[in-house]
Amino acid sequence: MSGNILDAFARALASGAVRVIDLTHTLSPDFPVIVMPPELGQSAPFRMERISRYDASGPAWYWNNLSFGEHTGTHFDAPVHWYTGRDLPLNTVDTLPPADMIAPACVIDCSAEAERDADFLLTVAEVTAWEEKHGRIPAQSWVLLRTDWSKKRAAAYANLRADGAHTPGPDAAVMRLLVEERGIIGFGTETIGTDAGQAGHFSPPYPAHHYLHGAGRYGLQCLTNLDQLPPTGAMIVAAPLKIQNGSGSPLRVLALVQERSTG
Amino acid sequence: MTEPLAKPKRKNPLARMRQPLLPPSARSRKAHELTLAAASGRFMLQCCSECGQYTYPPREACPNCLSSDLRLQDTPTGGVLLSETRIDVTSDPYYREHTPWRTGLVRLDCGPSIVTHLRGDCGGPGNRVVLSLQLDRGGQAVFFAKPIPETPNMEDDLQWLELTADPKHRRVLITDGRSPVAVALAQALKKAGATKIFIGVSDRWKPFNEQKSLESIDGIELVDLDLTNERSVQELAMDIGAKVEILINTADHVRPAHLFDAGAANTARDSIDYMVMGLMRLAQAFGPVMRSRGADGPTGAVAWVNVLSVHGLSNAPQFGVHSAAHAACLSLSQWLRTELRPGGIRVINAFSGPLDTEWFQTVPPPKVAPKALADAIVDGLKCGIEDIYVGDVAKDIEARLFDNPKAVEREAGQ
Repeated sequence: MSGNILDAFARALASGAVRVIDLTHTLSPDFPVIVMPPELGQSAPFRMERISRYDASGPAWYWNNLSFGEHTGTHFDAPVHWYTGRDLPLNTVDTLPPADMIAPACVIDCSAEAERDADFLLTVAEVTAWEEKHGRIPAQSWVLLRTDWSKKRAAAYANLRADGAHTPGPDAAVMRLLVEERGIIGFGTETIGTDAGQAGHFSPPYPAHHYLHGAGRYGLQCLTNLDQLPPTGAMIVAAPLKIQNGSGSPLRVLALVQERSTG
Repeated sequence: MTEPLAKPKRKNPLARMRQPLLPPSARSRKAHELTLAAASGRFMLQCCSECGQYTYPPREACPNCLSSDLRLQDTPTGGVLLSETRIDVTSDPYYREHTPWRTGLVRLDCGPSIVTHLRGDCGGPGNRVVLSLQLDRGGQAVFFAKPIPETPNMEDDLQWLELTADPKHRRVLITDGRSPVAVALAQALKKAGATKIFIGVSDRWKPFNEQKSLESIDGIELVDLDLTNERSVQELAMDIGAKVEILINTADHVRPAHLFDAGAANTARDSIDYMVMGLMRLAQAFGPVMRSRGADGPTGAVAWVNVLSVHGLSNAPQFGVHSAAHAACLSLSQWLRTELRPGGIRVINAFSGPLDTEWFQTVPPPKVAPKALADAIVDGLKCGIEDIYVGDVAKDIEARLFDNPKAVEREAGQ
């Protein structure tokens, strides 16, 4: 009918031909945040204090004051977050090009591997196998690592032991492949960071942060509902808060998925 | 001998809970010299610097030589009971609920004769007694006489229990189970007869070493409590607020920072949010219900303890943020004391020097062992002390502040 793409998109949304999936955890005080050694600075957890709730402090209205670190809950990492991205142009959340906030996603399902091994690492081998099935990862697309880690709660989610956190993530070689050869726009995970729990011991330390942000790419973490996404074809909407000089922010991450039945 | 205090039965839910009442509290400014002594568990009277005569009640001039140089000083506690009076009928609303009440006249070995509350087993005139200064439920100084030698179950005397905050048969909330004092405190409270010890733990997803030790103590229950989270504090109060008879706030946040460091503001904010705002959140959630339960039977709500750093009294630059946060906690604690007074709830501050723990690793001895702090708190509760100074550093700073606060400030900065 109409050649207007957005018209067609609106109709697809209305008819349910395009489904909107929320990839965001609820921002709540109990959600684990990244833990640094105690002598270092810490991220403030999410906190909410009431201003009023139809009471003496505000008879007809309910509202709250919030406080949280930039890297709390489901959140976005801008290039300036890591030292490797500190000198790049447009490296903060307020200067982030709006066009980068909407991009397609490739979802690599490693939930079985992560179930077996909390320290599972995504390597070049898994990406190669995925590409043999689904085709080459297109430039400017998100790569989302599905581990089903978002289904864990509290202590099992943080999985802190005496030698640090044990959560899955990428190794250094696969990050170089994704960033330098595939030209992805960013990398997303279900865990507290884009890097594995033990990534401080890798070379370079925290390779996802190192390579992504060094090349001006982005990170998404604490995602959920990745199990509802197809391997390819989902469109991600990820628009962080416009915080002056911000290194990241909690945000609502949405995925648009076209139902298979509609052609 | 005294009848041992029986474990209280469960409350009859159809019976009205009594409202707290306080003993008469009018005192002159001079008489508050005795409050100063009673608050820290000392027995002090005015003594004339010219003629050496002890004086009671507190006066402006020595009744013997008219010298105005009367100084409060530690005084021998022994004396002889001259007479005793048993009060069965009184028009005072507080004492009406506590009759029969025994008072007596004691002649101290050092001179003055004093009207004092008497423990039940002091015997008759001519018996030897020792006097102490105590704070009554209104926070005012009163004298109390105990027999010599001690008699069985002395600590369960009903008049004595009104002047103390004994953990026996009471339920206690320790607010921070991650505190290095928590294990020792739970053990000491258990030994002192506390029936139940709730221990708050924040961020249960973060493991901590003491969890197993805490869980192995019989009668404890770990509960979710995050002092930085208003909702968490309120939810715990909704659950157990009406079961807490003694609240011990062990919250502490030691992070060294230099005032001019770029990150110092964050350190200060973290410390103040945790300790000062944390105390505020606790006060708002637990204060009202504890105040309302001050007369809820012989083991009703009785005390609120804040574990503070003695450097809250005078800043230690090496732990500047920590000192500043504790100074704010002390101020808040004084406010809380006034708010809880109508309920007869004692607010006790336990001032300690550096603890022998990880965050004070670089501080040279003497340091306070967590067990010493815990024992001092429980002892303070049993004796009804308001200001507890624990360890050599705290006692030294207390004495020097009394003498010359400026010297303490200057020397700390060197």
